[in-house]
Amino acid sequence: MSKASDLPKITSVADLFAVAYQIEADAVERYELLAEQMETHNNTELVKIFRDLARAEALHRDEIRRMAGDIDLVEHARRIAKWKRGESPEEADLGAAHYMMTPWHALQLALAAEQRALDFFASVVKTAPNAEIKKMADEFVEEEAEHVNLVQRLLQRYPKPSSSWSDDLDPPTSQE
Amino acid sequence: MSTLDMRAACKPADYKSDVKPIWCPGCGDYHVLMSFTRAFAELGLPPEEIVVVSGIGCSSRIPAYTNCYGFHGVHGRSLALAAGLKVARPDLTIVVASGDGDGYSIGGNHFLHACRRNIDMTYIVMDNRVYGMTKGQPSPTTEPSFDSALSPGGTGLSPFHPLVIALASGANFIARCFSGQPNETATVIAEAIRHPGFSFVEILSPCVTFRPDEKDWKDIVHAAPVPATNDPAKAARRIMTDDGFNLGILYRGDRKPYQPTAKANIDLAELEREFEL
Repeated sequence: MSKASDLPKITSVADLFAVAYQIEADAVERYELLAEQMETHNNTELVKIFRDLARAEALHRDEIRRMAGDIDLVEHARRIAKWKRGESPEEADLGAAHYMMTPWHALQLALAAEQRALDFFASVVKTAPNAEIKKMADEFVEEEAEHVNLVQRLLQRYPKPSSSWSDDLDPPTSQE
Repeated sequence: MSTLDMRAACKPADYKSDVKPIWCPGCGDYHVLMSFTRAFAELGLPPEEIVVVSGIGCSSRIPAYTNCYGFHGVHGRSLALAAGLKVARPDLTIVVASGDGDGYSIGGNHFLHACRRNIDMTYIVMDNRVYGMTKGQPSPTTEPSFDSALSPGGTGLSPFHPLVIALASGANFIARCFSGQPNETATVIAEAIRHPGFSFVEILSPCVTFRPDEKDWKDIVHAAPVPATNDPAKAARRIMTDDGFNLGILYRGDRKPYQPTAKANIDLAELEREFEL
């Protein structure tokens, strides 16, 4: 986890909403990018999984916007939702993508991302400067915990692939 | 929208084009593209005031993925193109993108003289220590032990040390970044663009297809233990003795950039006469 000084500073409920909104928006963007990569490489099963994940995160993002009421979350997030080091916690790891990755791998990425978001909101609960922020952050912790459980349940449908999952019968090998 | 409004409003997404990248999934260059757009947004530069110039190779595809002006040029000649452009249009922000093959081998000579001339532009080299686009040949920065079908038993050759060469040739700003840290890289790119003169940023950007071992870089890279210096002798000692994975701004020089006065030395009618058949 990043140092506290690298994380956005949350001093009001509006800040918390803005940061939560940006976390979900970043997650949507990342899953869409991964879906596009899989589309380019004709891994259709993964295109669907990443698009489904993007849709799920978009629902969460829109729900946060609704909860925030009249606060201009997009503008507020632009000002404060910045990570000095590392990335937004719920962004799936781009570097772990592979053109032959399987649903199990995609869900592992999602699980790690949800866990990072859960850890982030748990840290907000611990450092919240007032009861109102703590209460709201607790709700986000609960939601993220539900997401972690959901991904873990989904993973039961997809057993870990064998170690030869990346064997390509027509590999991009070096020229001979 | 006025330029002033644009400066206030630009988000990283505003610098992305509709063209979808075709790099391999897992390629470090996706992160570098993110760092480009985040740096441009941080600087608040309108896309039409930025030109991204490149040569040939995987990394050189990057201009098409931004909606800034772009020039996908000839192999190894991106710096020559960029230098001409900056001299003619000093009002534009010029960012040059290259790879270790395009920039250090085919364009190696241009690299030396671009550093020496110190024209105000930013040179970003995505170094994956291999020619990825042409299927995995060793590049100037490949380790001597790289054992492949094209270099059986390893190359046995000492790799090129781009940061040392940049410093010795007169680059005014030298930094090293890792693609897997896009926020930090964006900050360094923004700083490189702000710094006057020729800024050189080497980004370690893993090739997951031909150099899967480079996935380990994320556990090897580390922040430089000391801040940047403006003393070339100190910088030389640090860069020469580091392990190649020190990240951050390593040198900030204070040489005056080269910028000749842009004035026509021939009038249009005279020029047209020269082309008359």
